[in-house]
Amino acid sequence: MSKFISWIDERLPVSNFVKNHLSQYYAPKNFNIFYYFGALAIFIFILQIVTGIFLTINYKPDAAQAFASVEYIMRDVEWGWLVRYLHSTGASFFFIVIYLHMFRAMLYGSYKNPRELLWLFGMVIFVLLMAEAFMGYLLPWGQMSYWGAQVIISLFGAIPYVGESLALWIRGDYVISDATLNRFFAFHVIALPLLLFALIYLHLAALHTTGSNNPDGIEIKNNKDENGIPKDGIPFHPYYTVKDIFGLSVFLIIFMFVVFFIPELGGYFLEKDNFVPADPLKTPEHIVPVWYFTPFYAILRAIPDKLGGVLAMGAAIFVLFILPWLDRCSVKSFRYRSTTYKTLLALFVISFIGLGYIGMNPVTPVLTWLGRLFTFIYFGFFVALYITSANEKTKDIPDRVTMHD
Amino acid sequence: MSDSNKPSNRRKFLTNVTQIMGGIGGIFALIPFLSTMSPSEKAKSAGAPVEIDVSSLQPGSFKVVEWRGKPVWVVRRTAEMIENTLEDNDVLSDPKSTGEHQPEYTKNKYRSINPEFLVLLGVCTHLGCSPLYKPNAKSAELGLDWKGGFFCPCHGSKFDLSGRVHKAMPAPYNLEVPPYYFASSSRIIVGEDGKDV
Repeated sequence: MSKFISWIDERLPVSNFVKNHLSQYYAPKNFNIFYYFGALAIFIFILQIVTGIFLTINYKPDAAQAFASVEYIMRDVEWGWLVRYLHSTGASFFFIVIYLHMFRAMLYGSYKNPRELLWLFGMVIFVLLMAEAFMGYLLPWGQMSYWGAQVIISLFGAIPYVGESLALWIRGDYVISDATLNRFFAFHVIALPLLLFALIYLHLAALHTTGSNNPDGIEIKNNKDENGIPKDGIPFHPYYTVKDIFGLSVFLIIFMFVVFFIPELGGYFLEKDNFVPADPLKTPEHIVPVWYFTPFYAILRAIPDKLGGVLAMGAAIFVLFILPWLDRCSVKSFRYRSTTYKTLLALFVISFIGLGYIGMNPVTPVLTWLGRLFTFIYFGFFVALYITSANEKTKDIPDRVTMHD
Repeated sequence: MSDSNKPSNRRKFLTNVTQIMGGIGGIFALIPFLSTMSPSEKAKSAGAPVEIDVSSLQPGSFKVVEWRGKPVWVVRRTAEMIENTLEDNDVLSDPKSTGEHQPEYTKNKYRSINPEFLVLLGVCTHLGCSPLYKPNAKSAELGLDWKGGFFCPCHGSKFDLSGRVHKAMPAPYNLEVPPYYFASSSRIIVGEDGKDV
């Protein structure tokens, strides 16, 4: 066996790779529950790829056959219902996990120097993931698929001068049609997964260059023992592989419960109107995007101007890209930052969840005004952060990571 | 791991148990995925038994029906054809139909339930072409000793009027007989075993 391994190693440095990235890759020893979500996101990515392949085997990207082929998968294909529910539930859980993963970065300042590039790669993954989910949602060719795509693509029409022709080019037709379905299928199953794969690779490569941040937001590399090993580091394998497997087990219990018992989650994961075939002549009474888009959708609706709404929605995502440069405080973790920052972050979280709730519900005067308030808070967070973080009163940060058993 | 830090037996045991349980779970998780590639309910119902009405079939004539996308032949044999379908050791490679290529109830001289009606899967056992029906004896094409039967145009395999392959042919064994039964004297159900009327 060892002969075989050295034969391989002379030709491909597998053992070195395992050492550098697993058995002698030192991660901070004080990770908490928020540090599960990166590994879980990778798990869901693989799950989506695998279930996607098996769905593609039976799905037909044709406006005349798409809806029926999904029902065929649900009713006639052996275990097809399970594979499809794993994929649809996986999509929602992907966003749950990613939002928590991003929130973790905000809590502990993981986007700050030296991890700005890591954050940017992560943001590109987030945007690609939204595109991936949006295009995937058209494929069942139900009413929500159709009208959701109609609304989102029409957003491009708001861009001055080129908007209408751009929307036409994206659709490949004057309405959402077979042409749109076919190209969305190609992007959903080939183009975007390949891009996502490349970006995840870069995200991990950047992570392993700087090393992980931790809940105390201090660099463990600044405190090494005589062997050059960080004093507060533990080898990723076996310590964090085992921890992640445990986290995955707990995750799977929750995830499979949803898959088996409440895969539609009362219309939040799979909307009720999407069980009706797409009808280009009849819009459903209550049209909303899937829950993971609703915070941004609510910002769109909050602005009483077509172009303004689209710009605000785009800005809501763009502003996250420049977060590492908006936050000028050198202390990373919220544990050692000012009450001002903690308050701002809490308000930001409330506004994000509030916007998500408003985006899911029909327009009423009260919700419209609440939506505007939360939109104001959402953007206000970044403005206030930029102003207050320059001279923030922070607490003393410890030299070594702290453990809370 | 250094010697001072050798894993205890208990730890080794737990590691092994976890790996075995995880492995078993992983294998079970494969089942749904691999199953999606097997025939769906739709394909299965398309492969359901088919009914053949033979009341209008003239003696000596031949009828093809589709079952699971494959041709199934029904031949209503004349008395002369029944006579010509002798089990002949000199010509046939498996005259007694000893191979597993027909249901038990057709393992007989005429390879059929009722000698008058021959039911065969019209797929050559060589490479899957559908042989031609050549009922007339002594043809110019197939020789003067031809007693009627089936001829595969792809690679020249010859079969007798019960679908038994001749000796030294590319086809390795007799034409298959699908499961079938007589629902009445003129209705044959192909695709499942059943009780004959």
